[in-house]
Amino acid sequence: MTTATVPERDMFDGILRPGNTNCAGCGMSIGLQWFEQALEGEKPTLCIPACCGIVTAGKFPTSAYAVPTIATTFASSAAVATGVSAVHTMNNEDDLTMCLAGDGGTYDIGIATISAAAERNEDLLYVCYDNEIYGNTGGQRSSATPQGVKTSTTADGKLEPKKDMMAIMAAHRIPYAATLSIAHREDFLRKVRTARQMKGFRFLLMLSPCPTGWKSEPSESVDLIRTAVRSGLFPLYEVFDGRRYRINARPDGTPLEGYISRQRRYNSKTLDIEALKRLISENWAYLESVERAFPAPELDE
Amino acid sequence: MKADPTGVLTGAHYLDGDFACGEGAMAAGCRFTAGYPITPSTEVVERISRRFPMIGGTFIQMEDELASMAAIVGASWTGIKALTVTSGPGFSLMMENIGLAVMMETPCVVVNVQRGGPSTGLPTMVGQADMMQARWGSHGDYELIALSPQSPQEAFDLTIAAFNLAEEYRVPVMFMMDECVGHMTEKVVIPPADEIEIVPRRLTAIPPKEYLPYRVEGKLIPEFARAGDGYRFHTTGLTHDERGYPVMSAECQEVCVRRLVEKIKRNTDRIVRFDEENADGADVVVVTYGITARVARMAIDLARKMNIKVGSIRLIVVWPFPEKRIRELAGKVKAFVVPEINYGQMVLEVERCAAGQAATIHVPHGGGGVHDPNAICEAILEAAK
Repeated sequence: MTTATVPERDMFDGILRPGNTNCAGCGMSIGLQWFEQALEGEKPTLCIPACCGIVTAGKFPTSAYAVPTIATTFASSAAVATGVSAVHTMNNEDDLTMCLAGDGGTYDIGIATISAAAERNEDLLYVCYDNEIYGNTGGQRSSATPQGVKTSTTADGKLEPKKDMMAIMAAHRIPYAATLSIAHREDFLRKVRTARQMKGFRFLLMLSPCPTGWKSEPSESVDLIRTAVRSGLFPLYEVFDGRRYRINARPDGTPLEGYISRQRRYNSKTLDIEALKRLISENWAYLESVERAFPAPELDE
Repeated sequence: MKADPTGVLTGAHYLDGDFACGEGAMAAGCRFTAGYPITPSTEVVERISRRFPMIGGTFIQMEDELASMAAIVGASWTGIKALTVTSGPGFSLMMENIGLAVMMETPCVVVNVQRGGPSTGLPTMVGQADMMQARWGSHGDYELIALSPQSPQEAFDLTIAAFNLAEEYRVPVMFMMDECVGHMTEKVVIPPADEIEIVPRRLTAIPPKEYLPYRVEGKLIPEFARAGDGYRFHTTGLTHDERGYPVMSAECQEVCVRRLVEKIKRNTDRIVRFDEENADGADVVVVTYGITARVARMAIDLARKMNIKVGSIRLIVVWPFPEKRIRELAGKVKAFVVPEINYGQMVLEVERCAAGQAATIHVPHGGGGVHDPNAICEAILEAAK
């Protein structure tokens, strides 16, 4: 009989180490492992505001980040990262400064510091893992929560649609903004590497399943994101300098219902699925028109 | 005036302190709440977000605590009773707008379900270390009112009292719960609406053309005009005259800020509220508030069994502080014992008022739990020597 062995990892291996207390099926966990692969051993300095990323992954002795990690106040990861990045620049160091924040810290309370850091074009990589909920405080709505989703502060389902954070970041004309899917590994790794090679403010948005908040099966997290991409709900695209667009995957006719029906967070009585489908098709009409008008250079395959 | 029955969930309930606080707000007539999720206070707004649609209230989950506090200032100036709810880090963010509310004389209630600090501290565990921040947290000179409940029942009752005081004195009232009281579940009796006294917004009867927003004519509290009732007013955080317009002078500062301070100071006897037990004739008086008052009760019983003459004062209104009573007792008792879940906050007030006439012994606790009653008992025994 052979026994499987787990490769030994020490305190300094990778980024997210085993021993974190993330829920099973957490999209942020999967994403961080891919960041680790894309960065190939490089050690970013993490600036993480209040969010699951600092709570579940930051407990001693199972402290799970193998990199310097600064837990910031809720609104200020981009401002703290500004200071970190500035000192790296003063020291002529090419170290990567990376914010890792949830949607609450990005779309809501943190948006002023993010906007300001983007406007100053600070040399940092801002990663938002968007689980569309305040997961860490037990599931309240955020401005990233989609219409029709029940949360502990929207008992019958949220009334308003989700904020378009990518459009907001593109409007800052930052060097690079891109969406990341935990179901599209090559695309994910390439975008992290692209971002790493650039200077200035770079923004990556990762739709991050939260089985606890989405009331979905942990084993289906990756497939949910695949369905979100294929149905057109979560477009995979890149924006260079806020103007030049490159779409990475297009809808293939996969029905949106396959995404909605596997999550019990949607209130079928208040979710306007037809309105959502119209919104998706309008988003695509817009994205394709700007890509036609302002195309980014094609990828060398 | 009696409470509007729409918001009163009359009956006997089994509620935690956070839910009871939310019910108290609704019973008091609060119909606008702005908040932002933060442990251990979120349950207050979760309760309100579920109940408001049934009673015609509006809850808005804001983008942060700066905005939450700002939104209730706006709501209050439009004539409604308004509430925000938070815990330590959010309380820190609210400070600038609390100062604005003080300066504009905006009635509103700010709930702080205290957790361990500083900074992020112990999000899910108890602290009582924001007591001085409640009094002094915003810059400049001002007075305000703060209350501290010891049970879910008091979380209900005193939230109503907080709204009444806010309206009476046109001041933001700090409702200083702690995580233990917030998360403790007990029986809460909500009386019928006609047994609940509430203070409504005191709208001016002066005709719009003659109205000046900060004219007091010898009184201490100006009359309120609601935005939208045809009154023209200007209100600002700048030092202002009776018209509400900024005047940058030492003379205007004297008139404006002195009244903000005096309206509370001169009414201190009417505002202060405490529970006193066997303090007359005692050798030792234990001064407590919030959850610590309940822990101290066992220590007091233990000490009495050892024939120590010990009394207690439980602060219900914490700010303004019951200075007069502490001064009176200081001449008669040997010592005050002050247990609190911090490294020395309200004890400084006790010590100041004792003014060297009685000893003051602090029993600190860093937070994350409550005192061991034996530690308080030992301090009582030491004090009685």
